[in-house]
Amino acid sequence: MDMLFQSLSPAFIYLAAALVLPLSPNGRVRALVLLAVPVAAFASFAAMPYGEYGQIRFLGLALTLFRLDALSWLFGLAFSIAAFLALLYALHLRDSVQQAATLIYAGAATGAVFAGDLVTLFIFWEATALSSVLLIWAKGGEASYKAGMRYLVVQVGSGVLLFAGLAMLWRETGSLAFEAMTLESLATWTILAAFAIKAAFPLLGGWLADAYPRSTVTGAVTLAAFTTKLAIYALARGFPGCDILIPVGVAMALLPLPYALGADDLRKSLAYLLNSQLGFMVVGIGIGTPLAINGAVGHAFAHIIYDGLMFMALGAVLAGAGTIKESELGGLCKTMPWTAGFILIGALSFAALPLTSGFVTKSLTFSAATPLVQDLLYAASAGVFMAAVMKTGRVFFTGTPVISAEAPLAMRFAMGLSALLSLGIGLVPGLLYRLLPFDTPYQPYSLHPVLMQLLASGAGCLIWLALAKLGWLPHELPGMPWLCRKAGTTGAAIADAAKRPWARFARWRKRLLDTGLSRTFRMAGPDGPLARTLPVGSMALWVVVLLGVTLLLTYL
Amino acid sequence: MIAGATAGFIAKHLPVLVVLVPLMAAPACLITGNRHATWAIATLASWTSFALTVALFIRVAGQGPLSYSLGGWAAPFGIEYRADALNAFILPLIAGIASFALPYARGSIGRDVEPRQQNLFYSALLLCLAGLLGVTITGDVFNIFVFLEISSLASYVLVAAGGGRDRRAFKAAFDYLIMGTIGASFFVIGIGFLYMATGTLNIADLAHRLATAPADRTVRMAYGFILVGIGLKLAMMPLHQWLPNAYSYAPPAVTAFLAATATKVSLYVLIRFLYTVFGLDDPFEAQTLKLLVMPLGIIGIFAASTVAIFQNDIRRMFAWSSIAQAGYMLTGIALMTPQGLAASLVNIVNHGLTKGALFMAVGMLTLATGTSRLSDLRGIGRTMPWTMAAILAGGLGLIGVPLTAGFISKWALVSAALDAGQWWLAGAVLLSSLLALGYVWRIVETACFGKADETRVIEPVPLAMVIPAWGLLAVSLYAGVQPALIMEGANAAARSLLPHLTGVGG
Repeated sequence: MDMLFQSLSPAFIYLAAALVLPLSPNGRVRALVLLAVPVAAFASFAAMPYGEYGQIRFLGLALTLFRLDALSWLFGLAFSIAAFLALLYALHLRDSVQQAATLIYAGAATGAVFAGDLVTLFIFWEATALSSVLLIWAKGGEASYKAGMRYLVVQVGSGVLLFAGLAMLWRETGSLAFEAMTLESLATWTILAAFAIKAAFPLLGGWLADAYPRSTVTGAVTLAAFTTKLAIYALARGFPGCDILIPVGVAMALLPLPYALGADDLRKSLAYLLNSQLGFMVVGIGIGTPLAINGAVGHAFAHIIYDGLMFMALGAVLAGAGTIKESELGGLCKTMPWTAGFILIGALSFAALPLTSGFVTKSLTFSAATPLVQDLLYAASAGVFMAAVMKTGRVFFTGTPVISAEAPLAMRFAMGLSALLSLGIGLVPGLLYRLLPFDTPYQPYSLHPVLMQLLASGAGCLIWLALAKLGWLPHELPGMPWLCRKAGTTGAAIADAAKRPWARFARWRKRLLDTGLSRTFRMAGPDGPLARTLPVGSMALWVVVLLGVTLLLTYL
Repeated sequence: MIAGATAGFIAKHLPVLVVLVPLMAAPACLITGNRHATWAIATLASWTSFALTVALFIRVAGQGPLSYSLGGWAAPFGIEYRADALNAFILPLIAGIASFALPYARGSIGRDVEPRQQNLFYSALLLCLAGLLGVTITGDVFNIFVFLEISSLASYVLVAAGGGRDRRAFKAAFDYLIMGTIGASFFVIGIGFLYMATGTLNIADLAHRLATAPADRTVRMAYGFILVGIGLKLAMMPLHQWLPNAYSYAPPAVTAFLAATATKVSLYVLIRFLYTVFGLDDPFEAQTLKLLVMPLGIIGIFAASTVAIFQNDIRRMFAWSSIAQAGYMLTGIALMTPQGLAASLVNIVNHGLTKGALFMAVGMLTLATGTSRLSDLRGIGRTMPWTMAAILAGGLGLIGVPLTAGFISKWALVSAALDAGQWWLAGAVLLSSLLALGYVWRIVETACFGKADETRVIEPVPLAMVIPAWGLLAVSLYAGVQPALIMEGANAAARSLLPHLTGVGG
């Protein structure tokens, strides 16, 4: 019994809970009991010795359901915390589908992190996609349905790529183990592409800002925690020190920032900011030294908490004020003082100001980077400060107060806990450093990082104020058009030129699909010749025809 | 002492008892009359025969083929019952599905058949079961024909039993009768030719004589007639046209039972004739498989799945899906490798379990709402979440999502195609899964995202339907997670049929 229990990864605790959940009465008691699930999941592996458990054979493949080492342990802890906070935040929720989806989603992400082979990873990888889309659909309505479908297509597509990659790798090497890979064959490139989609690499990450803002108040908190961080884990496990990730990560840290500044929907802006933060982590993974990996992983850990905090606070605003548009909000610190205080801590962590968890983790990556990369990342930090602190701070601390209710107690608890953790890690970084996969001593509070971070933030603050003074702040324009206009006509012209053949292709594809579909329908629809019920004589005719063909074959 | 003697008796007559129990229980039902008592007799008989088939399977797996001479007349003159790795593998499926279908029928049949006629219904169901078991276990080709007729005649009656609720069932049963009779006639003509060429009706004897004698036109004629006759019974495209109506208008319990067993038994007969009787010695036989059966199988997969996507009636949709599934099994058979054959056998069992559970769940849905039209079932997922979950779980099996039984069958077929060097076939199988995704998605979309009709009246579903449906679904899900037993059984059967080829992997 003990062996069996050990061999199951903590993912199954979540899945079992999701299965029995519909049987329990729907109410406060159930919501409270749900909180015990992540705690139990963490307790199940917290004290286990590192090693590989749950080795089974399935269809002749050797699978490892449960691999426990420093890296998976830390992500397991992070996902347990994220699941706990998300469930606490959603304590008021009485929607079984969302509750079950949250549990399955958290369980699948946990299972993927503990997967010791690519097949197990693939199964949980797809399970995160299928369960998380329910959180987007839970909002209801046409827009969220369509956004969910788009999200699902991309996520399942990533899974299909992963499957293709692992099948090729299996043929090449005969091994399914999920270990560090090098980019030398189509197989590993395909796997990287699968990870890249889920990690929202530049050009591949459109789904993130498309789907998250369309989710429910509580759903966005959950979504933000797992999918992308799972991808970061997969990259850290599969491609540490892969050089190409450094430029990609830098681009990823910088590119979403104009969009974050431009978006009127603050949750959308936050989704772009999230994407930019992932860039910092990808850079750390690309550098690949123990210090940099520690930075990337630690950043992911801290990020799950402070990013969740931001989504919680904005969700509370959406629930209380009925809107999350920057242009319609203001003075929220009067009506929602608690939320305002918490979001300030979240925003400062985002911008990596000293004394926050963002600072003590990001500076690990910074100190491992080359000077050029460092400068680019500091520039990105300035942008993050503009979007996270100034833009979001404005609706809380300036303007005429909007009527809004303060967040319910459970939500405030969840936010308070997140804020406490963010500050705690910032003040006593040793707490987190001890858990990082590599044992490399590091002291974040030295002159250079503190000074540089303050300078970057100060520069961000000044640029933002200058833009505000000049009236160039793009708060009424969504991201892309603003970028095009400000960058001059060239960008717009390029975008336009690129759009034309695409539109033609899209028209052509639509026509082809339409005619193809209608033709198929005429053939195979309920009244088409394929599906119609024939008179019994015609049925018999087919028998004769087939017999004739068979007998003709005897003359071959 | 008595217990020991009974056990000895059962062990000695095991092969014939498998058939005899339901065959004798059928007239007992007829005489008894009372519907509760007949139901009890029928259920007991099906459970007994299920236990016997399992015992037979274990015995054959342990000790090898088992031969039984009916009435003590030795083969090839007497009728031989012969259990080997192939039919011992199929028998538990048939009796097992019946064991689930009978409790299910108790909950649902009241809608279709008047109380005082229910004893007739149960005896027809038992006759059908006895016929299907007999076809599978007998070692005599004419006996196959006899049992095939017993099961077919009973199944025409069973389909017509749906006429109490929807009179279109009569027309469906009539078409089914005409077509089924044509198929049976072709089959018996084929047997006649075989008898003419060899002078024997015993399968083992036939196989021996055909292998040694040079193939002549008579044997080829026999082959053609049998292929077409059985092809009709197993709904090979384009001989499938009796199936959609029969499955759509029959009572739910009948649809679940027939979909999981009747076409599967016909597939067994096809395999038995191709690989044991004819043995593919004549190049013509292999040619036919390659040039006729394989293309028809693939056309069947794509055409029937496409038709299923556009159906508005959920039962009809799954009926078309059954035609597509028969296509998968035919392609596996037509690969002519042990792997392909094993893939088909795995699919026979896995699809039988999945489709049986699926039709049971759909039956619950139609009983509760009084309709099976998708356009009338919008938003039903919110009022009947559990039933929809069962349908979805079955649907995922049809697509072949990992951890379902359907995945195991698809996996087996794809790897068999790859092993045979037919990469295009592997691609086609994977591509066709998208079509299955299409029709399952239509149900999910309508049931979960459609706007619910507030005035809809939902009638309670009796527990007698819920428990068998979920029980069978659980079995099919278990077969997806623990495929070893079914895989091994199928591999052993395939090996025994193609002993001259190398063993089966995976």
